[in-house]
Parts: sequence; structure tokens; C-alpha cells
Amino acid sequence: MLKSLMKSKLFWPIVILVIILLINLFFDRGFFQIEVRNGRLAGSLVDILNRGAPLMLISIGMTLVIATKGIDLGVGSVIALSGAIAATTVADASEGSLAPLFAAIALAIFVCMVAGAWNGFLVSRIGVQPIVATLILMVAGRGVAQLVTQGQITTVYYDPYTFIGGGYLLGLPFSIFIVVAVLLLALFVTRKTAMGLFIESVGSNPEASRLSGINSKNILMMVYIFSGFCAAIGGLILSSNVASADGNNAGLWYELDAILAVVIGGTSLMGGRFYLMGTIIGALIIQSLTTTIYSIGIPPETNMVVKAIVVLIVCLLQSPEFRSKVFGSFKAKKAVESEDDKGVTLS
Amino acid sequence: MKEQAPRLVMEGIDKEFPGVKALSNVNLTLYPGEVHALMGENGAGKSTLIKVLTGVYTIDKGTVTYEGKDIHVKSPHDAQDMGITTVYQEVNLCTNLSVTENIFIGREIMKNGRIKWKEMNKRAVELLKRLNLDIDVTKLLSSYSVAIQQMVAIARSLNVSAKVLILDEPTSSLDRDEVKQLFAVINKLKSEGMAIVFVSHFLEQVYEISDRITVLRNGEWVGEYAIEDLPRLELVGKMIGKELNEMSSISKERKSSVKGEAILHAQNLSKKGRIEPYDLELHKGEIVGLAGLLGSGRTELARLLFGADKADTGELKISGNKKVLKTPKQAIANRIAFCSEDRKAEGIIPELTIRENMILAMQGMYGWFKYISKKRQMEIADEYTKLLNINPPNPEQLIKNLSGGNQQKVMLARWLITNPEVLILDEPTRGIDIGAKTEIMKLMVKLSGEGMSILFISGELEEILRTCDRIAVLRDRKKVSEIVNKDHQTQHEVMTEMAGGV
Repeated sequence: MLKSLMKSKLFWPIVILVIILLINLFFDRGFFQIEVRNGRLAGSLVDILNRGAPLMLISIGMTLVIATKGIDLGVGSVIALSGAIAATTVADASEGSLAPLFAAIALAIFVCMVAGAWNGFLVSRIGVQPIVATLILMVAGRGVAQLVTQGQITTVYYDPYTFIGGGYLLGLPFSIFIVVAVLLLALFVTRKTAMGLFIESVGSNPEASRLSGINSKNILMMVYIFSGFCAAIGGLILSSNVASADGNNAGLWYELDAILAVVIGGTSLMGGRFYLMGTIIGALIIQSLTTTIYSIGIPPETNMVVKAIVVLIVCLLQSPEFRSKVFGSFKAKKAVESEDDKGVTLS
Repeated sequence: MKEQAPRLVMEGIDKEFPGVKALSNVNLTLYPGEVHALMGENGAGKSTLIKVLTGVYTIDKGTVTYEGKDIHVKSPHDAQDMGITTVYQEVNLCTNLSVTENIFIGREIMKNGRIKWKEMNKRAVELLKRLNLDIDVTKLLSSYSVAIQQMVAIARSLNVSAKVLILDEPTSSLDRDEVKQLFAVINKLKSEGMAIVFVSHFLEQVYEISDRITVLRNGEWVGEYAIEDLPRLELVGKMIGKELNEMSSISKERKSSVKGEAILHAQNLSKKGRIEPYDLELHKGEIVGLAGLLGSGRTELARLLFGADKADTGELKISGNKKVLKTPKQAIANRIAFCSEDRKAEGIIPELTIRENMILAMQGMYGWFKYISKKRQMEIADEYTKLLNINPPNPEQLIKNLSGGNQQKVMLARWLITNPEVLILDEPTRGIDIGAKTEIMKLMVKLSGEGMSILFISGELEEILRTCDRIAVLRDRKKVSEIVNKDHQTQHEVMTEMAGGV
């Protein structure tokens, strides 16, 4: 029972997440407390979920891209672009009507999906390597975002806009609902239709997939568009949180955190199998790490180093090779287990 | 020879993988200056034995004595340092590096921390000269044919001062002349005192080159024989564990005359630089063979019929209707299936399970919205695992863990599930054992009896003669003739055409 549990791809990420949370408990006895304040749930755990929402969203999109052996470096810029477009749209809106809100959301999502389609086009139709293709948007997207905001930080004085990132529904932050909705959508499309199979097969062996009658170009196109979609929503939440749009700094380095979350979650950068739930846990690990570093009072200047060390440990624990080397010496049984991860040819 | 001390003795080797006993009590003795054939069906444990010897896997039980000393090989690198090197079945080289780099990878000639390119290139040329190969070693490996890549792989192992050379299916992608060349090299190395392990499914080649044979079956040691004491039929019997007369009984009643409209009718089809314009007709229930030497354009011809490559000229009629096939997807929609010769690159999806690999083409037909339910997938996978006798019989196993022959069967299943009218099989029997070959050929005959039309490509003429109604012969990227397979004369005719007429 425990053995099969440990073999699950989710086992180690969950263990790490739990450890990080327990460390918090050690420093702050009230860490796990959740109380009702003004009819809203409040507490550190809720905060982590709320603050981690944009990263979770972007990582969901990134997971599918990485599963096709690709990578999307443009998501950080798309976040800025999304925020810039939405904020500019609602900047002068009057409070009375909700129409500007929906217009802003629709426009932001549309433009960002077009940006995703551009990535998909470069990768699938022109054959540019994903890292190069998306690098273009990484630079250009931020530029366009700044053009949209005319180089200024656009401040929004339209209250409904702040609901996306700051609102509450049924006592929970609204952003959590958004994450759940997008996650369910992704899970449905990849597990209840053949999309997941196609993504994995294209990522694992594109030529064999083509010869099996799968239109790998369209699959690639779709995952990049979906990544754009996820980044758009993440951008809306981030921009709505601060009721402004900053073309220069919004979503900075998000692409790297998202890639990290995907890898921690067990999806290989070599493409193939992907694990959406693993990615969610990966994103939560990163978010709780950030929260922890602030809450237990590690000096800000050592922030990055601490984070790097923890990430290193996480990645090492993830690797079956590393585990069998370290724990294998006194637990011979485990070494055998890791053997079948590597793949055994019987002939 | 026998008076000499053995160079390598493996005794009582056991190796177990989760759920599978891959080797049990296996022995292997190698003498200097001999070619030792290792024979067995798929899953007999040949690859595992080799991997155990070269340190890819650890040994569970048993001893290895090398030049009189007990050894424990910890890694392939370790094995190479001792002088035990392997050239694997599927060439494991880096095609994006130069020939020199491939030969010296990990063992570059260095001086003061810098690589001495001139010296390395010179050495590379010398090494390849030993193999009678004269090529530009600074060019990328990918610019050379698979056969030359194979030679480079051998050259790499010669670079290490090897005392034991293991050749795992070295001839499976070589044509006749290249095999001759390889055998010349093997004989030369043998005379220099090297112990060579030769793994091959080609019986003729085994009998041509080997001195002794060790036979394995189902991970167990069957015996060790001098080549002259073991006639072919007996060897085959030992390999599959029963007397085999089935091979010859495959031959079906051939259709005496071609009738009806062609299911597939290619006229003047061609692709520049790949295959000259050709005509070809395929009728219902007919097996047509494509014969020709390696590089004669067999695969290229077939790829045009499947839309894997786009034709430059000509037209294709399917059941009398003109069709243009731009992608495999269109061909599949027209109920054509194509099982590629390059299983690793164009066939299997390594990260996926047997089940997922099987249903892939069918799901591709349905598109991504009409998902075949898990339950239905299981049923299909179970059915075909049984039908094709796939081992292990667990559809949830990842396909990369299967042996070559079983992977091939999964590929066959992938296409049979789509219920095609035309099945194109490109070297379906390459690199797999006699038992599986026979199964596949029997299946072909059965399917054609049920009305499926099959285009069968094989480098082994015998297989084609045994199964096909008609044989199209290719030479130098051109279809040169078409011969009805009728009597003993056919073989002679086909071979004459293959070799160049006259």
C-alpha cells in the first residue's frame, strides 16, 4: 500500500509541500488556523491559495506546452500584456455598468490567445525551436504592453475590476474559483477527450504521431493558445489585485516559476507524460516557500539564495536516480523499484 | 582453439526484473579468436545477458571470470576500460556530431586540456581504414547512411583496445555487400585474437561467420555447440523449443489470376531524389512484395502510397477514385495503413503504454472529441495482446520496456485495429526472432485471405517468395520489373532483376 503510494508521481511533491507547511507551524503556532472574518475565510493557508492563483494558472498552461517537448517563455510578458489591455479598457469606465468589465476580460483573453497562436504558429508551422520562438514574445510582449499603457503605470479606479483578484465568493477568494474552473477545464479536455493522449504522443515522438494520423501541428497550436489563455487570466488576476497595470514589471519571471512548478510536479522537460495535479502542487510549493521566507523573517537579501537551495533539494528528491543512490544503500528494495522507472528491455 | 584458456567465462548468471525472471542459470564461455553466436528468440534473454556483461544491469547471482580473474562490472564505462565493448542493435550514436567526435566521444585525445583535433581525425581515418571505409570524418554522422553509421559504431569500439567485442544485430540494416564488408572486418579482428559475440536473426550469416553457438530460451541456458555439430533445423528447434516445420507450411494457395478492379492504383507516382516514377496496382486480398537491395527505394515507394511523403508527379487511385494524399491522416481516412521500418523513430511512442500505443491510430481517425472510452480501450488492448501473443501480456506496461519483436507486434496491432483495406508493412520482420517472424507472416496470409491487400517490404527474399502473389523489384530508386510468384524460377528471376538484369 505504502509502496504503491510512494511510486505515485505526486508522493514526493506532496511530502515536500507538507514539510514546508510544517516548518511554518513551528515558527507560527497559528499557521493552520482558519477563521471567519466578516463572513470570509482568512488565514495563511487561504492566503497561499489566493496568492498562488496566478502561478497555478500559468503553470497549468505551461504543463501542456512542456508535455509537447516545448516551452513557453512568453507567459510573463503575456501577463503584462493582459493586465495592460484590461486596465486600459476599464480605466475610464463608469461604476454603474458591468459591461466594461466583461469587455476588458474578453479583449485581454482574446489578444493573449492571439499571442499564443503566434507562438504556436512559429513552432508548428515555421518550425522554430520553442525556446527561440517564445523568446520573441517574451521580449516583444512586454514592449507591446508598455505601448498599450504608454509607458506609464495605468491605475484603475473602476471597482468591479478589483473583484477578479480581490473579490470573495462563498467566503473564499474568487481567484481560487478561477483556478479550479481552469483546472477542471484542462483536466476535462486532456482526460475525457483524446487531447491528453495526443499531446503525450506528440511530445514523446512527433514523427511516429504524424504517421499514426495525428495532426501534430494543430496540437502544438492548441497548447500554445491554451498557454496564452491561462496567462491572460493570470494577468487579469495580478492586475486586478493592485488595480493597476505595469507593463514593465507585471508578471516578471513568472515563466521561470511556472517551468519550475511543472518540473517539480513530475512532468519531464523532454515531453511526454504530464501531471496537472503535480503541477498544481508544484506551484503551491513555490508559493508557500515565498510566503514562508517572508513570514519566518529571513532577511530579504538572502531570499533568493534560500529559495534556490530549497528548490535544489526538491529537484534532487524528485529524481529516482538520486533517491536510489542516497537511500538505496540501506534499502536495497528501493533500488529495484527505481529500476523499472528507467525502463527495462527484456529480450 | 579449445586448449587456450577462455577469455571470458560467465557461470550461473541470474537476473530478475520486477515480475520477470530475465535470466536464470545462464552460462557463456568465450575464447580468444572466435566468433560466438548468441541465439534465441525475442525475450530469450540475449540482450539482458549482454547488458549484464557490459554493466548496464547488475548481476543478481553468478560469476564472471575475465582472463582468469573474477570481475564485477559496475558500468558500461567500466566494461569498456576492461576491454569489453558493445555495438548495439539500434545504433546509439549522436547523428548531430561529426564522425570523429562520435568515435572519440568520452575518450578525446587531449593535450594540455585541449582536444587535439588533427590527431583525432587522423586516428579516425585510420580506424575506418581498418574497416575498409574511406569517408570524410569531419562531416556530420547524419550525412551518412545507417550502414556507415554502423561501421562508425564498430570503429568506436575498436578505438578502445577491445578484447571482447559484442555485436548485437549488427547486420539488420546492412545490404549484402555491406554485410560482406562487415564479415571481412570480423574475420580480421578474429585473427587478431579478439573474442567476438555475434547476435543475429539471420541464420545464414550466423552459419557463415560463427565458430560456436550458445542458445538461450526463455531466459534459460539451452546449450553450447560447435557450429558443425548443429544443423540449422536443429538450432531452430532448440531456439523455439519445438520441431519447426511450420515455416514451410505458410505458403498459401496463390491466386492464379489477378481479378477485379485495383484497390490501390498508382500511376507515374514519383518524388524527386527519392523514387523514380512508378506504376503499381494492388488488388483485393493480394500480397505484393517489394524486393530490392537496401537503398533501392522500397521504403520511398511505400511512403508515397501513404502520404508520409508528398508525391511530385503522378496520380493515385483508391478503389477507382482519384485521391491526392498529402498527409498520413488522409491515407488513414482512405483505409490505408503503414507500419514503418524504423520502429524506434517512426513507430513507437516510448513514454506511452501498450494500450495507448495500440489505439493511437484509431483515435487519430476519430479525432480528439470522440474519445474511445477506457473500457473499450482495455477490451481492444486485451484482445490484440492475446491475438498477437504479446509478452508481457499487460497492456499497461510502457512500450519502451518491451523487446523489439513485441514492440513490432504492438505496431501491427495499432494498424490492424483501424481495420485497413490496404496494409503496408515495411520490414515488419526486421530484428525479431524466427518465431515472431513466422507469426507475422502467417498473420499476413490470414489477413489477405480475409480480403485485406498487403504491400510487403522485406530484405529477406525468402520471406517475400513465401508469402507474395506478385513481386515488384526495385533497383537504384526505380521500379524495374514485376514478377508473378509462381515456381522455383521466381527466385532466380527476382535476384537477377535486383542485381541488375542481364
